[in-house]
Amino acid sequence: MSSLSRDEVARVAGLARIDLTPEEIDRLAGELDVIVESVARVSEVATPDVPATSHPLPMTNVFRPDVPEQPLSQAAALSGAPASEDGKFLVPQILGEE
Amino acid sequence: MSTQTVDLVDYDDAVARFDPVIGIEVHVELGTATKMFDGAPQTFGAEPNTAVTPVSLGLPGALPAVNGTAVEYAIRIGLALNCQIAESCRFARKNYFYPDVPKNFQTSQYDEPIAYEGHLDVELEDGTVFRVEIERAHMEEDAGKNTHVGGAAGRIQGAEYSLVDYNRAGIPLVEIVTKPITGAGERAPEVARAYVQTLRDIFRALGVSEARMERGNVRADVNVSLRPTPQSPLGTRTETKNVNSFRSVERSVRYEISRQAAVLDAAGTVTQETRHWHEDTGVTTSGRVKSDAEDYRYFPEPDLVPVAPSREWVEEIRAALPELPAARRRRLQGEWGYADAEMRDVVNAGAIELIEATVAAGASPAAARKWWMGELARTAKSQEVELGELPITPGQIGQLQQLVDSGRINDKLARQVLEGVLAGEGDPEAVVVARGLEVVSDDGPLLEAIDAALAAQPDIADKIRSGNLGPVGAIIGSVMKATRGQADAGRVRELVLERVQA
Repeated sequence: MSSLSRDEVARVAGLARIDLTPEEIDRLAGELDVIVESVARVSEVATPDVPATSHPLPMTNVFRPDVPEQPLSQAAALSGAPASEDGKFLVPQILGEE
Repeated sequence: MSTQTVDLVDYDDAVARFDPVIGIEVHVELGTATKMFDGAPQTFGAEPNTAVTPVSLGLPGALPAVNGTAVEYAIRIGLALNCQIAESCRFARKNYFYPDVPKNFQTSQYDEPIAYEGHLDVELEDGTVFRVEIERAHMEEDAGKNTHVGGAAGRIQGAEYSLVDYNRAGIPLVEIVTKPITGAGERAPEVARAYVQTLRDIFRALGVSEARMERGNVRADVNVSLRPTPQSPLGTRTETKNVNSFRSVERSVRYEISRQAAVLDAAGTVTQETRHWHEDTGVTTSGRVKSDAEDYRYFPEPDLVPVAPSREWVEEIRAALPELPAARRRRLQGEWGYADAEMRDVVNAGAIELIEATVAAGASPAAARKWWMGELARTAKSQEVELGELPITPGQIGQLQQLVDSGRINDKLARQVLEGVLAGEGDPEAVVVARGLEVVSDDGPLLEAIDAALAAQPDIADKIRSGNLGPVGAIIGSVMKATRGQADAGRVRELVLERVQA
């Protein structure tokens, strides 16, 4: 298993919008490496007849009926917003994308 | 938005020298009562942020629960597009940061779509059928809506801040992705338009969405690339986002073909990017450079268990599928006895439902077609509206035709009645009464008019009396004029002949 590079850690941190110092990147590269290696050991014991799973519960098709619930009031919906205007969440200038 | 002028190659020249390849992603909002992962009601035009729950807002600790009806709708769509339905599939998180996605990820499907490998036969306006291969159809949720404040014309550039309404966040979507569409050549823009239009009709027939383009229920992202010949590898593509009318789908593909041809002619390379379509100016402009798929760091959604539609359920849904538009057209054409070209005109005019309802209201298929494709089509065209937007119902056309069939009005009067109905004067019967348009069946007034006409034109009267029936038409014309077209011309002729021989 190749170890996780500093560049990879920095790139993933950038994608996740986490601001890391060079020292943190060094430390996390090492720590994440240990985690990835530990998880990788699972594939050593998993034989081809063991299907991949994304969920610990052996359940499928848990559906909700299509019946409306009482929604939040506008005031309640906006109660946690740092700023609002005209019943909408106010967010800072969005740059770069559309 | 850049104002620099863009080089374009004439369209015919571009398609003569390059082979266009297109790919289309269509998002359709499902018409369920509630959202994809929570019970917030679906409402259109509600006050902002009044159709949200903690799940729609992505509040900490909120847990999603899958809307079973949305899954059924997705399967219906998959089956209608001749897809395989997955034995098991999962939701995945597509991670990105944008204010209209409150969780900082969109719950979507990644490597396990609910439906895959299908195809759709698309009929072009001249009747040519083109098969579009479908790669996949997957379930996901819609985003909220941003409004940009400050800056010019509500655009993001130069805006001071933005406002977000999450009413739309979480509305169920199905995204349908085609395989690269090759072999369409110069007709690629037409194929793109017909494909989206055909999908819209299918969504409506399936009852899975109101599929109103103007409300954004159906949105298309259109990929275009060019290559020197059909044997060459695929060229670099651009993706034009949110093209929201059939006409725009066609125009944006045409535009991109002309633009990319100019870039390639100048020995440049097409940049792989997202582009924006501008309805007003008919151009696309550069958006952001496309991220790689892995930038979204997809991973299986841990809060939801897999969806594994049983084969029994899938077959139940298949058996209950309504008649799809193409099959319905074939059936109706047979029932109505229209020629291929007649049927195509009816389809292209969007008149199928109108004619079907008119026939149901008692008119013959031929009469129904005559009204909708004749007088009414001309009126709609001159007023620049769709046929269905005219202020007249199929029921009223049915009534009008019955008045003709029963002999109470003739064709000429019927056109006046139609005019009255369109002018809001009420049902045909009411217009006939109010305008006094009934055919004069009582001989008395007709004889008076005939006598007056004969007296006014003694030379003609003499000719007729001497056996020359040629000028009878002139007398009939005078009588029709005197009775404002309300006489039965056949009856007038009989009476004129009786009168001169008497």
